[in-house]
Amino acid sequence: MSDTVIRVENLSKKYLLGVNQSSEGLRHVIQDAVTAPLRWLKKRPAPPAPGALIGGLPNPNPAPAKEFWALKGVSFEIKQGEVVAIIGRNGAGKSTLLKILSRITEPTEGRVEINGRVASLLEVGTGFHPELTGRENIFLNGAILGMMQSEIKKKFDEIVAFAEVEKFLDTPVKRYSSGMYVRLAFAVAAHLEPEILVVDEVLAVGDAQFQKKCIGKMQEVSYKQGRTVIFVSHNLAAVLQLTSSAIVLEKGRVRYIGETEKAVELYSGGVESESNVFFDVENSPRKYPGTQAARFVSFRFDLAAPIFSTGGDFTYFAKVRAYQDIPRMRFSITVFTVEGIPVGSCFGVEGPGLKSGEVAEVKITLRNPRLAPGHYYCGTAVGKGDHRTGHVDFDVVLETLAFEVRPEEGEGGTVSSWTHGWGAIVFPELASDRIK
Amino acid sequence: MAATHKLIIEPGRAEKNYWRDLFHYRELFVILAWRDVTVRYKQTVAGASWALIQPLMSIIIGTVIFGKLAGLPSEGGAPYAIMVCAAMLPWQFFANALSLASQSVVNNANLISKIYFPRMIVPASSVVVSFVDFLVACLILAGLMVWYQFWPTWRIAVLPLLMVMGIAAALGPGLIVTALTVRYRDFRMVIPFVVQFGMYICPVLYSSNYMHEKLLKKFGEVLGERYFLLYSLNPMVGVIEGFRWAILGGARGFYWPGFLLSVALTIVLLFTGIFYFRKTERAFADII
Repeated sequence: MSDTVIRVENLSKKYLLGVNQSSEGLRHVIQDAVTAPLRWLKKRPAPPAPGALIGGLPNPNPAPAKEFWALKGVSFEIKQGEVVAIIGRNGAGKSTLLKILSRITEPTEGRVEINGRVASLLEVGTGFHPELTGRENIFLNGAILGMMQSEIKKKFDEIVAFAEVEKFLDTPVKRYSSGMYVRLAFAVAAHLEPEILVVDEVLAVGDAQFQKKCIGKMQEVSYKQGRTVIFVSHNLAAVLQLTSSAIVLEKGRVRYIGETEKAVELYSGGVESESNVFFDVENSPRKYPGTQAARFVSFRFDLAAPIFSTGGDFTYFAKVRAYQDIPRMRFSITVFTVEGIPVGSCFGVEGPGLKSGEVAEVKITLRNPRLAPGHYYCGTAVGKGDHRTGHVDFDVVLETLAFEVRPEEGEGGTVSSWTHGWGAIVFPELASDRIK
Repeated sequence: MAATHKLIIEPGRAEKNYWRDLFHYRELFVILAWRDVTVRYKQTVAGASWALIQPLMSIIIGTVIFGKLAGLPSEGGAPYAIMVCAAMLPWQFFANALSLASQSVVNNANLISKIYFPRMIVPASSVVVSFVDFLVACLILAGLMVWYQFWPTWRIAVLPLLMVMGIAAALGPGLIVTALTVRYRDFRMVIPFVVQFGMYICPVLYSSNYMHEKLLKKFGEVLGERYFLLYSLNPMVGVIEGFRWAILGGARGFYWPGFLLSVALTIVLLFTGIFYFRKTERAFADII
């Protein structure tokens, strides 16, 4: 069980920034080709044809564009049966690494040695065609993921049962609900039998119950069948649950290789170093779009760094732009741990609304939430209605406002030595009166 | 679990295993081609009969305008409609293959950026789709033959061979155009244009004998012959001429010099296409 199945040596991948491939167009290239002899006559080095150089293509002339090393000198080894997480912030090079391991793109330098059949799952439902039926898509997707047709036939019933879509097998998947779509897609992927499975972020979709099922399936794959799994996720809870060791990437380099728990700790600590207090969210994508009658423009903390203390209020400012006349509106917030687990939520009461086109800045305060020391995210929603009339959200922004909670200054006792395992809330008071 | 598959990833490595990989992914090729064929006429009322309607309309228009109104001569004793049809089928195949292939990789961007496979499968499956359309459109030829009571000779047995050349003639430029479209979307604009005026450059709506005569008359014996040879360089001229020869029969001779030139150019284009496509495809995921 100790053979090395993946050996990565000094892997690097270079991209060039500032070169807009599509806007470059053909004209420049033709122009360049036509003027090349002239330049040669003048004995001047030809300026590089920008746009002709991204990726693995050799380029004799160094580009004026900025080089960007998505990966730089990455080396590690993975042994058979290991389940390894790769974690890192956006842009740390996780996806590039997976793309190289699954041969979608070539490295610029370095070498990878893989012993075994690799199946990569960089997206759920790659190649699903909306016009084809569920049945047809199982075969299509299976083939795309590298299964043989005979293999798919053998596992067909199992896949259908796992996805719970028996009734809709002969319906085009474009008529599926998004949940069914994801279930079917994951079911196909889960029945892959490669020796090495490369998984990216797929658990970010689907409902909670299905996520649990997926995690179970992946555990089964790795533990019972001795497969090697490489797992990339922002879902630290899933990472902790699934993997024994982890690789932390930071800016294209390996920062840490070792036990998952330590890696997660290090990664969570890494949140602190990026202490944003202003978040422009006007054009950022939304996971839950809402009705878009109004939209968040930005958030800010009125602090030098997003650090709060356990005993105090949690306050920030939200800028909202209305796209329709909104007679009344209310805000609500949900606080998540860095692992993505919700800690608690609060719905505000409805207040006066906005006219179409109006922009308002709102101060949002959560009165003494008693959050334990640690790192958190705060999700904010603007909407209308309450528990009687029903909640309607205009816009929801999650996973953006990161902040840290530290023990109150001068406070001794439990809070300053708070342990992760105690949870995320410091209850205010405990009474223990002796009654007998 | 015996690790029987050893894989090494290095810069420039993919080149070495290319043909082995292509064979390994043959099932994917079959299923992608099947997908493209199945999906082509989904949610259309006329369905696969579109593969009949398009060439049929072109044949009717060509016959009426060039045969009846302009009064151009047909070839041998064949009715003008059959002569046009014999050329329209391979031409439409070529035109479809070229336009579908040029879009294919861009349309499958999600696959290209998420999964590894030899990218050549994608444009090749477009050629398969066009080939299926071609087979359906052959019904028109059969229909016309029955209508005009025009029976083919033994020469029709050569058709499959000519079609192989047609496929090669479509695949070569198809691969070049596909690779170019990935990088320069300009080719999305260029291809419809090329296809449109290609129909007039190739002897689709008129016979090449007619072209031959005109050239001789205009430029004299020597120069005219030369220009005609130049005209025959076009690979599709060779394929179309071959189709006419095989279908129309009659006393018609075979213009060997032109045909051999066409074949030679087809082969050159095919290899250029494969070479250029392979050279660029490893960067597809980065630039698409």
